[in-house]
Amino acid sequence: MTPFTTHTGIVAPLQRANVDTDQIIPKQFLKRVERTGFGVALFHDWRYQPDGTPNPAFVLNQPRTARASILLAGVNFGCGSSREHAPWALGEFGFRAIIAESFADIFFSNCCQNGILPVRLTAAEITELFRRAALGAAPFQLTVDLTSCEVIDEAGFRAGFTLDAYRRESLLQGLDEIGRTLLLHTEITAYERRRDALRSRIEA
Amino acid sequence: MSRTLFEKLWDAHIVHQVPGGPALLYVDLHLVHEVTSPQAFEGLRLAGRPVRRPDLTVATVDHNVPTDAQRFDIVDPVSRRQVDLLLENARAYGIELYDLASPQQGIVHVIGPELGLTQPGMTIVCGDSHTSTHGAFGALAFGIGTSDVEHVLATQTVIFPRPRTLEARFTGVPGHGVGAKDLILALIGRIGTAGATGHVIEYTGPAIRGLSMEGRMTICNMSIEAGARAGMIAPDETTFAYLMDRPHAPRGRAWTASVDRWSTLVTDPGASYDRVVEIDASTIVPMVSWGTSPGMVAPITGRVPDPAGASSPDEREAMLRALEYMGLTAGAPLAGLPIDRVFIGSCTNGRIDDLREAAHVVRGRTVAPGVRAMIVPGSMPVKLQAEREGLDQVFLEAGFEWRNAGCSMCLGMNPDILASGERCAATSNRNFEGRQGKGGRTHLMSPAMAAAAAVTGCLVDVRHLEASVRHAVVSPQPSAVSHCGTDPASRSTLFTSEG
Repeated sequence: MTPFTTHTGIVAPLQRANVDTDQIIPKQFLKRVERTGFGVALFHDWRYQPDGTPNPAFVLNQPRTARASILLAGVNFGCGSSREHAPWALGEFGFRAIIAESFADIFFSNCCQNGILPVRLTAAEITELFRRAALGAAPFQLTVDLTSCEVIDEAGFRAGFTLDAYRRESLLQGLDEIGRTLLLHTEITAYERRRDALRSRIEA
Repeated sequence: MSRTLFEKLWDAHIVHQVPGGPALLYVDLHLVHEVTSPQAFEGLRLAGRPVRRPDLTVATVDHNVPTDAQRFDIVDPVSRRQVDLLLENARAYGIELYDLASPQQGIVHVIGPELGLTQPGMTIVCGDSHTSTHGAFGALAFGIGTSDVEHVLATQTVIFPRPRTLEARFTGVPGHGVGAKDLILALIGRIGTAGATGHVIEYTGPAIRGLSMEGRMTICNMSIEAGARAGMIAPDETTFAYLMDRPHAPRGRAWTASVDRWSTLVTDPGASYDRVVEIDASTIVPMVSWGTSPGMVAPITGRVPDPAGASSPDEREAMLRALEYMGLTAGAPLAGLPIDRVFIGSCTNGRIDDLREAAHVVRGRTVAPGVRAMIVPGSMPVKLQAEREGLDQVFLEAGFEWRNAGCSMCLGMNPDILASGERCAATSNRNFEGRQGKGGRTHLMSPAMAAAAAVTGCLVDVRHLEASVRHAVVSPQPSAVSHCGTDPASRSTLFTSEG
């Protein structure tokens, strides 16, 4: 996994509540058997017009945010289907961090496993970031720092966030979670022995 | 110390506790389907890792499969490849697979319980958010992403932060025509689609105890639509009666010992939940969704809500968008809204009890002109059972399509999709924009309500239909009241006013 330490990038504001993973990546694109090839279909039905041309009204099609790598999103982002194709599509488009007031649980976990940092800020902080993102003609940039657990802009915005220590360490070091768990092999085997013993008591 | 049902299962499955962090939980049953597994198997192969417990892993194909007579001929080459790849992976890693040729094939959350694989006290995971369904048996069951699927294949464990607990207590007795789907839609309407984020819901109370296993599965299935990681119902005699003699259920003395153990899987008196929500089931009337999120629901007796009454600017914006997408006007009555399609099926409502409920409404009636209505059994055994009971004839004679098992129009990854602008009465779980086909408009409801919509051609209160005389009126008469709000002449009026 690509480590995440600190990232500075352009912010794309997507001010919609309850964006579900069906919107992030519609079902017709879930048939691929690879982890790649999803970026082009990110937010497909919003991003493209029926004839397949880009919808100029959609945030990712605007010159100011076309190269965004930080998504500023509404409450309960990533709800619905567990499809990991959603973070794969976001990552392939170029997003490294998503900032929202809240995330759906499975999506949150899926992001962490793909080197995309989900950042939870308060409603007031999110409102302020949307306000700042709408100002001026130049792209709005933020720095998301996982070493200090802070979100910072160049005009005095600074907000702290939390992430559980286990996930933070995995992200900071880009650890392979399976490899990390396999280090606990002895404990897994011991658990299995106890489990098997219980089963054989029931079956006896 | 007093513990909740969730706490008992959680404690029993901890392999390792990260201090101040998540737990490593042992997985008793890993269900696998074709959409969220290919990348996980590929990851294993690249890392040279084996599947740790193929004996605790079971696979089936459901999302991509056509449900018409040509079910073995998947025309879409990309869908075909996904299905074939699951076959190859199952063979390569020694995993039991219920493929299209299997008489037990069906939606993963229908066949798990049907085969008796799902049992009380288990931890169950699957790369599918509706894994919460299995919690109806007193299991701790939750959906995971593909990275976690790979993690479970390799280690038979999953890393999970400890969720909080929420008791959803349904008091009272639901009225006639009100079922499990109405209870869960009412709850989601009350607490919202993020209302249970970070929580496991335990459903309790007399209204839950009175439900069949099918009804309990409907409830637990939609826990994810309230944002919960899992939903659970403590096992009881209803659970044990359902499981007895299922192919994978324990037998003989092992059965007795298992029932003894399962009977301890209840929340102890005095144990407390982090949150409690109480709903009086006797006040619930049949529910329908009007918007593009499962929280956007209203009683069928109600009207399309007005965004002016929204509690926040975000909510108002979401409501405006939903009304535009759904082609609805604030203040319009929900009953009488004409529909084009009906879908009865899915992991939420594709079980035998659901089909019986729908057939009860349909018997002696016909699908309204201009409406295309489909019944998609959740599994091939459900289909067979329905045919044994003659339900297929009830549906076929009424003008329904009688299909084969699969996820079908719940998510339209297969050929069953809505055309843009089509309005569908659906028994599935998600009314998201484009979920059933780009531009398609989904109204979620119970099997009885969807059946009523099919025979009247519009959203209708099934309680009124039940009371009416079947085939009483075939064309509008002065004394007859059409249940459709617009262009009544285009829909047959099958019954007189309830008054």
